[in-house]
Amino acid sequence: MADTVVQLESTPDILVDHTSGMQGDLRTEEMLVNMGPQHPSTHGVLRIVLRTDGEMVLEAVPHIGYLHRCAEKIGENIHPYQYVPYTDRMDYLAGMNNNQGFAIAVERLCGLEVPARAQAIRVIVCEMNRIASHLVALGTYGLDMGAFTPFLYCFREREMILDLLEAICGARLTYSYITVGGVHDDLPIGWIDRCGEFLDYFEPKISDYNNLLSFNHIFVKRTSKVGVISAHDAIAFGLTGPMIRGSGVRWDLRKIQPYDGYEKYDFDVPIARPGGTDEIPHGVIVGDSWSRYYVRVLEMEQSVRIVRQAMAQLPDGDIQAPKLKNLKLPDDEVYVEVENPRGQLGFYVRGDGSAIPSRVKARGPSFCNLCITQAICKDILLADVPAIIGSMDVVMGEVDR
Amino acid sequence: MAPEEICKLLKTEFGEAIEDAVVEGGHPYVQVQPGRWREIAGFLCNDARLWFNLLRSITALDLLADNKLACIYDVMCIPLDQGAELVTETCEFAVRVVVDRDHAELPSVADIWPAADWHEREAYDMMGIHFADHPDLRRILCPDDWVGFPLRKDYEFPLEYHDIPATTEYELPNPRH
Repeated sequence: MADTVVQLESTPDILVDHTSGMQGDLRTEEMLVNMGPQHPSTHGVLRIVLRTDGEMVLEAVPHIGYLHRCAEKIGENIHPYQYVPYTDRMDYLAGMNNNQGFAIAVERLCGLEVPARAQAIRVIVCEMNRIASHLVALGTYGLDMGAFTPFLYCFREREMILDLLEAICGARLTYSYITVGGVHDDLPIGWIDRCGEFLDYFEPKISDYNNLLSFNHIFVKRTSKVGVISAHDAIAFGLTGPMIRGSGVRWDLRKIQPYDGYEKYDFDVPIARPGGTDEIPHGVIVGDSWSRYYVRVLEMEQSVRIVRQAMAQLPDGDIQAPKLKNLKLPDDEVYVEVENPRGQLGFYVRGDGSAIPSRVKARGPSFCNLCITQAICKDILLADVPAIIGSMDVVMGEVDR
Repeated sequence: MAPEEICKLLKTEFGEAIEDAVVEGGHPYVQVQPGRWREIAGFLCNDARLWFNLLRSITALDLLADNKLACIYDVMCIPLDQGAELVTETCEFAVRVVVDRDHAELPSVADIWPAADWHEREAYDMMGIHFADHPDLRRILCPDDWVGFPLRKDYEFPLEYHDIPATTEYELPNPRH
């Protein structure tokens, strides 16, 4: 059902060359193979049309739009408060970060000051959500590569984060917790202690993931030197987040354009390093799929650091900006980007003096990251396609919006 | 480089091609002539003083009152010769290109910034702006046989698609009344 094979009208007889490592006299023919939209390793409704020749993929053309819900059109018809729940449904694995991006865009447009306590709570929940999102990325990537066990370990810990976030706002994925002007509820009593206990439990688990998956010989062999993206290409194709850091560019908006008080916290921006240095396995090169994967592992450690600091210095005070009733958007425009787990999530919001924006545009990091597929999935082995797509960690809800 | 300096530099380089410059507010930008946009895009991307190598987003905008469409290109500079040091200062800017609704055509910049490829396809799909010399200009989010450009302000919602009936919310009975 999933993979339908379409024969080309004219199937040229091609002698496979010796350099591809196959038998020289093997006659093969080109085939078009649909990978997806319903395919377990495409992480959602992504369809890639592969032009294959035996085990080789000559071309891969992604087709998107299966989850398009006109999110931008909806934004032009409702008030920004009402739009926050729609941002959850874009990148549904990182709802908090999406809420935050849209909230900051509207706040900058209207000149709202967010209280310090609300900012700190935002940082805590967003970093917790980043860990949860990266855990899904790690687990499902292992699954794509044939390792089932790490998936269960990752989801065990993710479940605890979802329980913590559920205790805050009652939802497990689509939070709508961060609203324009602050957050909509204060933290429950005892939540800080629960979260601290979780971090103490979680931090040693990261080395478990490394032992199970990251440094697993088979996994390293499957993902190193696969889908290599140079730093120059990464920037030219507009890649951001772990994709650009996996290509060795130290670039993180939380450091470069701090928002919501990120400048107050001490954390590093991990980037990919070549194999052989420190704990990085031999054979890994900067910009390959393994590097992108491992940047996410290192980012989880940094997120734990940020959450600890934010909880230690959590100020008292309001959680909502004053004078939020009857908010009118000025006749101005703003474009704001925040660092989502997948990259730079941008919101363009344009007001016209009324309460309803005249244009809302979301720049999804997965959308931009996915556009390099056709350029790098060229003359590779069929089995490397899931390795490359998985290392991008795309969420189709946000690609299609 | 501050937005004022970027505007000044562009004005000295391109003169009348810069139609307008807005340096105040939350989103500083210059408005350029569509005919010279490619030239300016190449300058923004490759000039050593600006080096806007990251195309962040292309936002298509419907200016129905003026019978125009607009594209806003948000660009950013990522210094590559940074070594191990973390960059803490950044430079971002935006360019707006306005075209007539009746003749909405812009030159493609997909060869200058490969990232523009999908953004331009999205702008075409949603707003009906045609990008000349784009490598593969077809709809990206909507099906290929979709009629109309959904993000235009005068777009009419279809009432059926391939015999699948559709309703708009205005036709639904309001449960509150």
